Amino acid sequence: MVAKGDLLLEMNGVQKRFGGAVALRGTDLKIRAGEIHALLGENGAGKSTMLKILSGVHINDGGTIKLGGKDFITGSPQASIDQGVAVIYQEPSLFLDLSLAENVFIGRQPKKGVAIDWKFAQSEAARLFKELGVELDPKRQARGLSIADQQVVEIAKALSMNANIILMDEPTAALSASEVERLMTVMKSLKAANKAVIFVSHRLDEVFAISDFITVMRDGATVSENPVGKTDLQKVIKEMVGRELTELFPKTENKIGAVVLEVKDLTNPAYFRNVSFNVKKGEIVALAGLVGSGRSEVARAIFGVDKYESGSVSLNGKALPAGSPVEAMNRKIALVPEDRRQQGLFMVAGVNRNISMESFDRLTDRGLINFKRERSLTNTWKEKLSIKFANQADPVDRLSGGNQQKTVLAKWLATDPDLLIVDEPTRGIDVATKAEVHRLVNQAASEGKAVLMISSELPEVLGMADRIIVMREGRQVAELSRKEATQEKIIAAATTGKRSA
Amino acid sequence: MSKFAKLGSVRRSWDTAIIGLLLLVWVFASLTTSNFLTPLNFSYIFSNTSEIMIIAFAMLFMIILGEIDLSVASILALGSSMLGWSYAKGAPIWVSILICILVGTACGFINGFLVTKLGLGSLAVTIGTLALYRGIANGLLGENTVNEFPEFWTSFGFDTIGKSFMPKTLPLIIIFGILFGLLLHKTPFGRRTLAIGQSPEAAKFAGVNVIRHKMIVFTFTGFMSGVAGVIYTFRFSTAQADNGVGLELLVISAILLGGVSIFGGIGTMWGVVAGVLLAGSVESWLTLQEINAQWRTIVTGILLLISVAAPVLVQKGKARRELKALKS
Repeated sequence: MVAKGDLLLEMNGVQKRFGGAVALRGTDLKIRAGEIHALLGENGAGKSTMLKILSGVHINDGGTIKLGGKDFITGSPQASIDQGVAVIYQEPSLFLDLSLAENVFIGRQPKKGVAIDWKFAQSEAARLFKELGVELDPKRQARGLSIADQQVVEIAKALSMNANIILMDEPTAALSASEVERLMTVMKSLKAANKAVIFVSHRLDEVFAISDFITVMRDGATVSENPVGKTDLQKVIKEMVGRELTELFPKTENKIGAVVLEVKDLTNPAYFRNVSFNVKKGEIVALAGLVGSGRSEVARAIFGVDKYESGSVSLNGKALPAGSPVEAMNRKIALVPEDRRQQGLFMVAGVNRNISMESFDRLTDRGLINFKRERSLTNTWKEKLSIKFANQADPVDRLSGGNQQKTVLAKWLATDPDLLIVDEPTRGIDVATKAEVHRLVNQAASEGKAVLMISSELPEVLGMADRIIVMREGRQVAELSRKEATQEKIIAAATTGKRSA
Repeated sequence: MSKFAKLGSVRRSWDTAIIGLLLLVWVFASLTTSNFLTPLNFSYIFSNTSEIMIIAFAMLFMIILGEIDLSVASILALGSSMLGWSYAKGAPIWVSILICILVGTACGFINGFLVTKLGLGSLAVTIGTLALYRGIANGLLGENTVNEFPEFWTSFGFDTIGKSFMPKTLPLIIIFGILFGLLLHKTPFGRRTLAIGQSPEAAKFAGVNVIRHKMIVFTFTGFMSGVAGVIYTFRFSTAQADNGVGLELLVISAILLGGVSIFGGIGTMWGVVAGVLLAGSVESWLTLQEINAQWRTIVTGILLLISVAAPVLVQKGKARRELKALKS
């Protein structure tokens, strides 16, 4: 048996690269029995890669991993389970039509002779639930369980496989406040049973409430390892951010004019509540916050792709009807959506057809599209945005991510919008193209367009925005001017909901 | 590049290949059958494919959208029955014709309503209305047939223009072909049709009113089925409830043969015209060879399978060759 405080897992200088991209450049992690260990870092810091190595999805390229003094075998999920490492994912994958006992013992049903010993399975499942402090009925169906309770079933399943180390990837991201409480109770029971829990979370208030140990990662390396008593929120945030602001953002000071977009008390209970803000001519307003904080949903509601329950949106002083992208377009709103492959582009269609999609008014003579003008429109924007493609009719699928993003921008800029909404405009594109996209967005603002930008990249937010609105769990928690905003303040507001000094 | 896009480029070349295939069939058929390449025979081919062609023009849009309408032949029959019934009851012929077209349009509208407003799948809805519309036609005429029509109209159905081989219906078909071809390839409406088929979500984000668009396509598919009902009635000089049984499958096969993707988003007008003519020409050749009807159905089935399978097989072969090249 392991005793409390025994070193279970030790990772030293672990490295992992994917093609040319380095995901981990030397990560250390020490996990002890009876410990709740938080793994923190910004998006892309390498947390998920770490978890995936431990769960057997990836093999590390360098460094050592020891489990109970022996070399840990990576690269096979089954091997990870056999060595006592289990993963609980954000979205549990239970068989909803089976009972909880069946779910716990799926694929390993206890047998009595040739028949499955359901009595034993049920009593064993009940015992595990009790141990976790959540008394679920093993005979009930999984359908209808809350996400938190489904996670409990997953954890029970892990325990039934004798897991000693339980990895949780953002376990609370999909949970409500009361469910988070419940999960925390479960984590404490695991700790009491001398298991080790490693969890990734972006909600720093929770991290400080429950963990014993905090490891901070940045750019694929471990920055600090501290017992929770020896660090604090400010310090952790500093460590997460680390780097200096780069000169990616050619911010220009624009003349800020009249209000273009006015959002009042916008509410869609599933995603956001009482959101109110405005964006003025020539101004860039950023919506910051964690993924899932409701920012994209607000943008979608403004553009009319989704409906909202109450509140109002007005453009240039006139109310905008809800739920009609057609009307939003007529009123000169453009939305460059989050997911360019699914929402922004028609991947099998040519570059020209994508760019002309919103500009038919100017391309048709008596209802028929003038192909010559379509070609020249495409050329104009190809040059303006330096989009690289060989042939106008090339499917956009063949373009690089950066050129695809520029194509989406071109398609909307061609409509000469009054309000340009860009949702994660530089996600997944290379640094050089990023700078170009930033230049284009800035240029749009300097031409007098109102810009609403959603971004999860803090340097981008700080570098581009005139004003920053921070959202957390569907609510506006802070509004910062360009002058007062710092990465620390934004992270503090986005993760705890509180404004810090 | 995604699998879809690769398939896309193969399919695009398929609709040009089908034109080549059509010419090949014509050459082969004229070499093996002396009376294939004659004005009279081509008159038959055009005439026999009239209704299929007319409905295919609209169904092309339907399948590009990623939807399907299986009730077109039943709409044709219901329209035709209404035409015959109202004319037999003493309505002027032009009123009866109008009724046929209006009934068709209404049937299409109902299909569209059920699919878009109630959110039911078009396959399920139109299997239902396939039975329903045919059922109403049966209720109306039962076993009866109406086959007395003014000579002007029956002549429109099966005579040719002057001494030429062109059926009198051909100009009408050509006009519709040009209209729908322009609609698909040269108007924003056509672009949006393709866009919806390629990605309904991206279409929504592009400000396309997807529901209204589908309503329009369902409605004009009904309209064209009604027009086909008029032609069918006069071509055979018969209005009866079992007119055009099974025609929907001929329409859909011809469209797929013409390189339109059953998954939506890809298709051309010339491909469809070639597809319809190809099916019609093969059918004509088999008839001239005095091969019996069962065989003809089998050949049509095989052609259809080839048209669906060929792009996929070509793609698989390409992938296998690429893999081999990588390994060596």
